[in-house]
Amino acid sequence: MAQSFVRTLLGRSDYAIISEIVEPNTRILDLGCGEGELLAWLAENKHVDARGVEIVGHKVQQAIARGVSVYHGDIEEALGDLPDQAFDYVILSQTLQESQAPLKILREMLRVGRRAIVAFPNFGHWTVRLSHLFTGRAPKTKLFPHDWYDSPNIHFLTVHDFESLAARERWQIERRIYLSGARQVRLFANLLSEVAVFLVSK
Amino acid sequence: MVTETQIARFDSIPLDCGAVLAPVDIAYETYGELNAPKTNAILILHAFSGDAHAAGTDRETGATGWWDNMIGPGKGFDTDRYFVISSNILSGCRGTSGPSSINPETGCPYAMNFPPVTIPDMVRLQKMLIDHLGIKRLLAVAGGSMGAMQALQWAVAYPDRVAAAIPIAGTARHSAQQIAFNEVGRQAIMADLDWNEGNYYGKHPPARGLAVARMVGHITYMSDESMREKFGRRLRDQNQFEVESYLRYRGTQFVDRFDANSYLYITKAMDYFDLAGESRSLGAAFAGVKSRFLVISFTSDWLYPSYQSIEVVRALRGRNCDVAYCELPSTYGHDAFLVTIDEQTELVRGFLASTLRERA
Repeated sequence: MAQSFVRTLLGRSDYAIISEIVEPNTRILDLGCGEGELLAWLAENKHVDARGVEIVGHKVQQAIARGVSVYHGDIEEALGDLPDQAFDYVILSQTLQESQAPLKILREMLRVGRRAIVAFPNFGHWTVRLSHLFTGRAPKTKLFPHDWYDSPNIHFLTVHDFESLAARERWQIERRIYLSGARQVRLFANLLSEVAVFLVSK
Repeated sequence: MVTETQIARFDSIPLDCGAVLAPVDIAYETYGELNAPKTNAILILHAFSGDAHAAGTDRETGATGWWDNMIGPGKGFDTDRYFVISSNILSGCRGTSGPSSINPETGCPYAMNFPPVTIPDMVRLQKMLIDHLGIKRLLAVAGGSMGAMQALQWAVAYPDRVAAAIPIAGTARHSAQQIAFNEVGRQAIMADLDWNEGNYYGKHPPARGLAVARMVGHITYMSDESMREKFGRRLRDQNQFEVESYLRYRGTQFVDRFDANSYLYITKAMDYFDLAGESRSLGAAFAGVKSRFLVISFTSDWLYPSYQSIEVVRALRGRNCDVAYCELPSTYGHDAFLVTIDEQTELVRGFLASTLRERA
């Protein structure tokens, strides 16, 4: 699908992309759904059956107060409870790099859902490479603003890394969308995209 | 909001034990207005010692309802939007038939001849009341503690009659620890000579035994932290700590409003309740449910710990049921569902609004 530019939704360009990918009247599971903003938007505008998982208690409270059915708990455990192919889409937005066992989570997402939508910050972005090259330290950029000792990110991956994992696991990448700010990146994605969004199926 | 308890009488009710109770009364109150399509009715299910008077001010006694902070205009269960029904449980002593009711065959109170009652029996009587009120499908059933057990039983027994269930601080079955505390209460009552095998009506009730049972209960409803905050080691006078005085007061007060035989019947019903049944798993029990769920537990509740709510939630998720779950932070122990109101209100309000929007 040709998209000339990317909007933002709720202040996030990955949300805008996800909201465009998701078909109406489907079943959605959002892992690490925060206060349920995306799910509430999808429920209202695309009439989806929206469920979420969130570990932070006060965010869960906000999400349920919004009317979204959210499970207060750990993503891995929450996936494990669910039957096969229970959802049309399982969303993991900006959380993969913070998970203990990313591959296990990705496999579980494709067991529980027909498709997975994965958005993550691209560690291959040129600013990250330059930061590392010139300072000789763990990269600190707009995208990865934390010091090494207090970063929530524990797994760093690039667009190429995800592509090769998908090839190894024989997942089909149905769509790949690369973002720099709210703009869509067409060329040199691994170098220029700040955030990558993949629509994956098995 | 001034309220009045009403009584509905039915010819009979079949019980799980095989007996038929005839006739049977159920005490109930209603708040708010039932809408024309009858889609806004919510049934409130009380905990062990509760009654039908859940909200407002009683016309006669002036007493405030036990969940008044949750039910009323603009509150979590908003009576400007919803028609709220609250009834007293079967085998209770607050207007619904129980051991202290008169047995029509003898003209005397049933006492221990009252048939054993289960949580499903209680729910069956509630369903008769809902039929009587002409409501085909409840928007929600909601309750804390034993009320949560009833809410779960509703969703399992009458899946087409409830759009949503809100079990708070509850469980699908009692643990050994919960049964143990109940047994201490029962033994305290039965050890009181005034209990007299249950035949004390018109004489001295087993006041000391019942008061001790209630004291134990109150300890389990609080937390180490809430007791430390409320009493610490403060002395009431030279001979007693504040906490001792409080428990005695609570115990004595309870004797005035509660029947010792009802205590025995209700705690037994709770202990024997097992949503999963003997051979089936909890997941199998939820096979037919159609409701959505809001499950709430509290961090400091050690009587009904979060793991019991999580067990329910995980079984529901395994069935791909629509379930929201939140563990709320609170220092109040099991009492939290009666006290931690702001957070609970937010959850209930949002959940009910989306249920009404999507499912009514």
